[in-house]
Amino acid sequence: MARVLFKGNEVIAEAALRAGVDAFFGYPITPQNEVPEYLAREMPKRGGVFLQTESELAGINMVLGASAAGARVMTSSSGPGLCLMLEAISSMALTRLPAVIVDVVRSGPGMGDLAPAQEDWKLSGNGAYKIPILLPGNVQELANMVFEAFDIADQYSTPVLVLADGMLGQMMEPVDFDKLPERRKNLPDKPWRMASVGEKGYRTMMTLTYGRPLTEFTDRFENETMPKIIANETRYEAYGLEDADVVVAAYGTSARMAKAAIKEIKTDLKFGFIRPMTAWPFPKEPFEKIGPNCKAVFCPEINTIGQMIDDVRIAVAGRMPVYHIGNTAAGPMNTANIIDALRAYVEGVAK
Amino acid sequence: MSIVYERAKSLTPVDFTYCPGCGHGIATNLVAKVIDELGIQNDTISVSSVGCGGMNPMFFDTDTIIPMHGRAPATATGIKRIHPDKIVWTYQGDGDLASIGTAEIVHAAHRGEKITTVFINNTTYGMTGGQMAPTTLVGQKTTTSPYGRDESHCGKPIRMSELLATIEGAKFIARVAIDTPAHIRQAQKMIKRAFECQMKGLGFAMVEVLSTCPTNWGMTPTESMKWQTEHMIPYYPLGIYKDFE
Repeated sequence: MARVLFKGNEVIAEAALRAGVDAFFGYPITPQNEVPEYLAREMPKRGGVFLQTESELAGINMVLGASAAGARVMTSSSGPGLCLMLEAISSMALTRLPAVIVDVVRSGPGMGDLAPAQEDWKLSGNGAYKIPILLPGNVQELANMVFEAFDIADQYSTPVLVLADGMLGQMMEPVDFDKLPERRKNLPDKPWRMASVGEKGYRTMMTLTYGRPLTEFTDRFENETMPKIIANETRYEAYGLEDADVVVAAYGTSARMAKAAIKEIKTDLKFGFIRPMTAWPFPKEPFEKIGPNCKAVFCPEINTIGQMIDDVRIAVAGRMPVYHIGNTAAGPMNTANIIDALRAYVEGVAK
Repeated sequence: MSIVYERAKSLTPVDFTYCPGCGHGIATNLVAKVIDELGIQNDTISVSSVGCGGMNPMFFDTDTIIPMHGRAPATATGIKRIHPDKIVWTYQGDGDLASIGTAEIVHAAHRGEKITTVFINNTTYGMTGGQMAPTTLVGQKTTTSPYGRDESHCGKPIRMSELLATIEGAKFIARVAIDTPAHIRQAQKMIKRAFECQMKGLGFAMVEVLSTCPTNWGMTPTESMKWQTEHMIPYYPLGIYKDFE
């Protein structure tokens, strides 16, 4: 198949269909509405369950049920909806139920604004847990990551979050669906699935775990599963780190702006670049490779108070100052804001 | 000698952990008997709830799952949509169904979701220690209505059967009680009919079971049965609110 022009949100839906999604449950919210609209159109023709739910709360709990039933299942939403889903996501992380959740991020806090944003980095909820979070940087990568998210979810039996900012959801770009990653082989069976005793020949009791089972469970996750995910699924793009004077670290749409900004600035200073492609596991390695000449790390993010920057600071471990570049009173961060901030720094060094 | 009573086959060989005299024991037993009677144990997937009902996954010898608080109908929907040929049912208390989970139960009925719900109404939050529920009767004392439920402060108790019966997708709605042997026999019949509604693929079905909570009501089991007869049934009339052919 040749390259076709596709809107980001529709790419999410098409990639999910190609990954063999069995069911989608979701509630309308801007800026991700083309995801359910596309699936509502296509799933009756191509197979699978599409259901518009009464709320994100109900939607994610249907996802939980369908996942428990052994299905490949997904939902999509944006920040306010993701908040409503956190209890169930946290529970699915504990119960080890696979699912794909796509967050087409808009700006908050609260109901916020419909403008694109990078603000849901710190996926939270109650309890200590981690789930893989993928950070697509363009529409092709959005297709690839949504497709692969289903395999990652099944391989480690975990919910997986794809964090796509509103810009990516709403933009059209060429995409080639022949370039999707290979389907992973030897994915584990789901012997725990809810399917009735008659179908499996044994009984499944899928419950909240209390007391000792809980600590045994979380211990196993921390000591067995987490290291595997960190070793196998950490992703990033990086260049120019060893002799960099300044490093710019950014993900998603702001990474594209940052690349443009670095090109634009005329200076003798050398810029290195890091683009995390997973928020968890966070790629510490490229930050450890930053050479001794580096004097500063900049983190442009489309938000007011930096979020990724905290992970960057942990990775940099105090070796150099880390600065936030973000939204201004005039609106969401754009390339000019990054250029201005970097130029101010460059000129400051020159003095 | 013939067997006149035996433990339901759909129950695991585990002792109930409900309080002595609790209505949950009767209701759980009734559902298990119905599952036996209909011969659907091997096809059944049980969705419990958060609250005392959350203990029953240990008791039902079927696939069982505890969902999030109030979301049993949503979780059951997810399971049923993947396994449309299986029998999927929820077991929910009044805090779960009539308070935090009102949206999910209303919309499961609204979609005509082909699931069965057994709703245990004992007018209180049992597991958390006897707080006021939306079903608590006016004047009834609980730990969060220590002077008695005051209508001017928090309204009159909600009647879920009447409410759900107005929804097109609900095909069978009945309210039963367990205060007398006759009512218990009737309750079993209604629970059976609610499962048959699903087996026929008609739509949503619910049986509201008026129950007791001797521990949190501060009564003996006998007193609590009498309280159910004298105080609950007059406010929550028994009967079939929606039926199918």
